[in-house]
Amino acid sequence: MKLVTAIIKPFRLDDVRDALTAIGVPGITVSEASGYGRQRGHTEVYRGAEYTIDLVPKVRIEILVDDADEESVIDAIVKAAHTNAIGDGKVWSVPVSQVVRVRTGERGSDAL
Amino acid sequence: MHLEPGDTAWVLAATAMVLLMTPGLAFFYGGMVRSKSVLNMLMMSFFTIGIVSVLWTIFGYGLAFGDSGSGLIGALDWSHLGSLVNSLPNNGGEYPIPELSFSAFQLMFAVITPALISGAIADRTKLFAWGVFVAIWVTIVYFPVAHWVFDFGTKHADGSITGAGWLAARGVLDFAGGTAVHINAGAAGLALAIVLGKRVGFGRTPMKPHNLPLVLIGAGLLWFGWFGFNAGSSLGANATAALALMNTQVATAAALLGWLLVERIRDGHATSLGAASGAIAGLVAITPACAYVAPWAAVVIGLLAGAICSMAVALKYKLGFDDSLDVVGVHLVGGIVGCLSVGFFGSTAVNSLGANGLFYGGGSSLLGKQALGVVAVAGYSFIITLILGYAIKYTIGFRIKESDEVEGIDISEHSEHGYEFGQIGAGGSFATRLAAAAKGGE
Repeated sequence: MKLVTAIIKPFRLDDVRDALTAIGVPGITVSEASGYGRQRGHTEVYRGAEYTIDLVPKVRIEILVDDADEESVIDAIVKAAHTNAIGDGKVWSVPVSQVVRVRTGERGSDAL
Repeated sequence: MHLEPGDTAWVLAATAMVLLMTPGLAFFYGGMVRSKSVLNMLMMSFFTIGIVSVLWTIFGYGLAFGDSGSGLIGALDWSHLGSLVNSLPNNGGEYPIPELSFSAFQLMFAVITPALISGAIADRTKLFAWGVFVAIWVTIVYFPVAHWVFDFGTKHADGSITGAGWLAARGVLDFAGGTAVHINAGAAGLALAIVLGKRVGFGRTPMKPHNLPLVLIGAGLLWFGWFGFNAGSSLGANATAALALMNTQVATAAALLGWLLVERIRDGHATSLGAASGAIAGLVAITPACAYVAPWAAVVIGLLAGAICSMAVALKYKLGFDDSLDVVGVHLVGGIVGCLSVGFFGSTAVNSLGANGLFYGGGSSLLGKQALGVVAVAGYSFIITLILGYAIKYTIGFRIKESDEVEGIDISEHSEHGYEFGQIGAGGSFATRLAAAAKGGE
């Protein structure tokens, strides 16, 4: 099993969700995040005082998948989140040693 | 005692409107500070309402509008407003309204003036020290200055006038408080910003407004209340009130546009904070002028105030003082713009009780009087506030501890949070005897 994590631009979330639904991903976890990469932040001006805001809003998506689905899920996210502009985000996956569904106690792939 | 119901009704309503300005100011300021000090910012205004209203009853009205014959300060009146119940106010002439309504109306001005100062020392002031400051400051600065400017003396049956404040007697035109309220508060704000020093992290850490909608709600309430402030100052439901009301609206509108124009050119964006700030700058500037100039002149005054104040707020970074919410840039500078503008745009064609300024063939005489009013009030307020500020600083202390300031003054001074958004763990549990009471009730 793998944990696929994606940091994307917030306005791409709907498209990414549609793309994941289309390939049969049953559920995802989404949280609001903030950070910066090469794009850095933006500036805000209050009564003429300019502030550099380094941390910009991002959306973090986490999905537990079977090893076999790893590449297709990553591809779907990358395709849907892509705008070809700096700050589009990153997707990565890490191995997961155990998954348990709390309600039934199912373990491993059965719990996905 | 002859009362005019229309005049009385208007002054009573205007009084309530001016009271609303202080909570409006609290929101205007509260939205501009960081979320960790919003409650303290609100409290500085609400606390002021409490202190000044009580002092007004005990001796404030007497010191502002009593007659000591000096022109510098009124007189103590130990009847505590009780003698006003069946009298008419005589302020350069008798007005057909209850004197208590005049006194209540003037009280609201005494309330908002020290509250205006609080923006200069946001995030770092001990509440107790602030209370002590407000009580002493209104007594030795506001009440005397209000006497100078707002007390036109008692008009006697033979037409003679006695007991007028020295600036009012000299013909300084300040209809609703450009000097006594705004220049006074602005100069005091500058003094206190110097006494208290900069906030921890000033110029390094971003100190952004945490809630701009709150700032705009506050600005809206101030704008609404200001019609009572300016048009109510006619003390009657009459043509002067209508002129003041119209001028208040158009000057404020023009100032809002003026501030946004400067921002668009200088910073690239017209901001909501700029719109709110511009409106307040316009309201400040038109306050002394509202009953003495024509509406077209009010538009010019507003535009100037919006543009000049939007540039003046940057001064604190250059000069290195932390006037946190720009009391100096908006109220002192806006007040000066407004007071001097009467010297240019004043016209007896719109108000026979006014005077002609430079542009209406009046020469520079009125401008000179206006400048005298500006310098006298700004100078007195700045010097006395500086002395009072240092006296408080070196006795009971004026600032909270640095660690408390970093953690947030709401917790250290009030033991409260402004906002409770989190759903997990936010509720906590009873830590006191209430816990035992709650258990006992099960």
